[in-house]
Amino acid sequence: MDTSLAVRARDITKCFGDVVALDGIDLDVASGRVHGLVGPNGAGKTTLLGLLLGLAVADSGSLEILGAPVRRALAAPDGVAGFVDGPGLYPSLTARQNLAALAALRGRDARTAGVDEVLDEVGLTDVASDRVRGFSLGMRQRLGLAAALLTMPRLLVLDEPTNGLDPAGKNHVHRVLTRLAADGTAVVLSSHRMDDVEALCSEVTIVSTGRVVFSGPVDKLSAESGELDYRLVTSDSDAARQLVLATPGAHLVDESVAGARATGNALVVRAAVGGLDELVVRLVHAGVAVRELTLVISPLEAAFLALTEQQEGDR
Amino acid sequence: MTATIAAPAAAPHRVPVLRGYRFELVKLLSQWRVRLLLLASWVGPAVVVGVMSQQGSLPADTVFGRWMHATGWAGSLVMLGFSGTWALPVLTSVVAGDVFAAEDRLGTWRHLLVAVRSPRRIFLAKALASLTVILLLVAGLACASAAAGVLVVGNRPLIGLDGHLLAPADAAGKVLLAWVCALAPTLALAAIGLLGSITLGRSPIGLLLPALVALAMQVAQMLPLPVAVRFALPGYAFIAWRGLFTSPTQLGPLLLGIVVSLVWAVVATALAYWLFVRRDFTSTTYDGVGRRAVTVGVLPLVALVALTVAVIAVSTPATGSGIEQGKLQRSLATVFAHLYRLQTRQLHRPDVTEAQLQTAATCDKGGGLVDNSGPGNGWRCVVTWHLPGVDAVGTATYQLDVTADGRYGADGDGPKEVNGYFMVRTPTGDAPNPLWQFDGTVDLLATAPKG
Repeated sequence: MDTSLAVRARDITKCFGDVVALDGIDLDVASGRVHGLVGPNGAGKTTLLGLLLGLAVADSGSLEILGAPVRRALAAPDGVAGFVDGPGLYPSLTARQNLAALAALRGRDARTAGVDEVLDEVGLTDVASDRVRGFSLGMRQRLGLAAALLTMPRLLVLDEPTNGLDPAGKNHVHRVLTRLAADGTAVVLSSHRMDDVEALCSEVTIVSTGRVVFSGPVDKLSAESGELDYRLVTSDSDAARQLVLATPGAHLVDESVAGARATGNALVVRAAVGGLDELVVRLVHAGVAVRELTLVISPLEAAFLALTEQQEGDR
Repeated sequence: MTATIAAPAAAPHRVPVLRGYRFELVKLLSQWRVRLLLLASWVGPAVVVGVMSQQGSLPADTVFGRWMHATGWAGSLVMLGFSGTWALPVLTSVVAGDVFAAEDRLGTWRHLLVAVRSPRRIFLAKALASLTVILLLVAGLACASAAAGVLVVGNRPLIGLDGHLLAPADAAGKVLLAWVCALAPTLALAAIGLLGSITLGRSPIGLLLPALVALAMQVAQMLPLPVAVRFALPGYAFIAWRGLFTSPTQLGPLLLGIVVSLVWAVVATALAYWLFVRRDFTSTTYDGVGRRAVTVGVLPLVALVALTVAVIAVSTPATGSGIEQGKLQRSLATVFAHLYRLQTRQLHRPDVTEAQLQTAATCDKGGGLVDNSGPGNGWRCVVTWHLPGVDAVGTATYQLDVTADGRYGADGDGPKEVNGYFMVRTPTGDAPNPLWQFDGTVDLLATAPKG
């Protein structure tokens, strides 16, 4: 499979005074993919997204966006759109006026620029004539996405695009991003919501204190995760408890740690994939019915926590 | 999987200034306060001039205020005086003082930069859009006040500050020219507003800077400062337009005031531009350039004042306050002669020319206890004149209140048949005796006549 790279960053370093925001970052983002950027607060995600948008220039390293080298600020090529630190919207204008003004800024007639189409795509048609002043955070996020869509981007850069979205809004955004990727647009998004990243992204880069601690397919990260916590509900919790204790590679998580997830008949079991398989086999052989077996936290979240904690420990 | 670099995209496309200008204009005109100001500037002056012109009591302490019943053109000049003092500084504050800070407040800089991709073009677009709105506001003040005056009072001759009559067409032209001249200090204030908006970010001081600077300049103009300092301030053209309403026109102060204002506009705009294009837009908590505002924003302007003072002091003949006994006597005699002719016509007496009157004035300040120069209300003048075929010399006394900017108000102090309060019948109705109280102005740059 031949995939073209929309972003190719090598050894990117960016400092603000004495603070090293990015420390030798490498990043590849393929066209037609949604790439997640995750990391704790202050990890350098927004700085990296700002570089992709051309708002700043790296102190060292090389950055190519859509095949063009970027060596100075505001020099990102055409086809790059998005926002960092929330979308830039003008509260005294309506949603439609915000988009029409942006279309006019790019030399396009508001009537033919597809303003109504993108408003419809993000689910804001009903409030198109309302001033943005009264919009919720979620509505602003969707309007920001609509503004980016107007430019028909080849690289879309979004900082926390699902912040403040209700389930319906989130569905709209997910649909839009999936459609864009299917059409060949590269999407880079940062998020603290691992469920969003898992649902949307085919690849993920985890950043901690300005360094990449993992970059690759989400599946690979899950496979490398090791032991995960599972909530187990059975027909006989006492028997299940004994079986967990007897199964190699499976452990009961202390109830004080497991908290509400281990209440009632539920147990919280920590196991790798092999240990979990063995436990299920033993439960079936013992005639204990398995009513529920679910991950307490997602593999991505577990990996994220493990990797970032390890990074902190190394430091 | 094989990864290849995407085909090179088009080079960054920068938005032309004209499109950016339209974008900025849309944003400005969508703000309720800008709309309110536009409405106020196009309606307010008409209401104020219309109402004032109908009232029995006129704003005689304002230049041309006492003539608001006599001609519709006086109302626009009263509004110009008020605008230079209050309205224009406030309008420029709200428009130019906020045009950059608004993006900080809304957190939209990054969005704008990604869209336009050129701080230089953003600056140009914002500066031009603010200028457009300010011009619309000034046009509103001028047009509304003039239209209301002409409609309510009438298109009649205007009495100038040297007492001569300007025909309605001349008056209209000079009123328009006076408003155009006031654009120069307005531009200077607007440039200071841009500078404040950039250097002080979201701070309210940034928004208020033009109004504060204008207030400081007004206070300075009230003080007995040397002429060179007075003319070095960018707001002097808000006063110097009065020179258009004398004959000959007091062009020197007017041109100097305009040039100084325009230099300020250019320097302050250049400083604002210099600071703006060097700004770091990656910080979301930017709140002005902090201490650099003093070194980059204030010090160059202080240096500009010092340089201007030095240039004016060396290149113009005027020294001290510019208000000297000889100039005051000459000005008063001229005004008196013109108004005497007017009074003669209003009283249906035989016409007499200014040359025949051979008017002269003798002024004294403080009864000889102080120097006969400088502003103050202690000036007492005796005007003498001759009438053809009459041997006796006419005399009239006036008390003068001379302000530091060269304007004076003359109050008749007898004989009451000449300069006392009585009503005269004019073609447009009864009016106070024109020689009772009147305004005049002294050219601060002119040299005093000898002898």
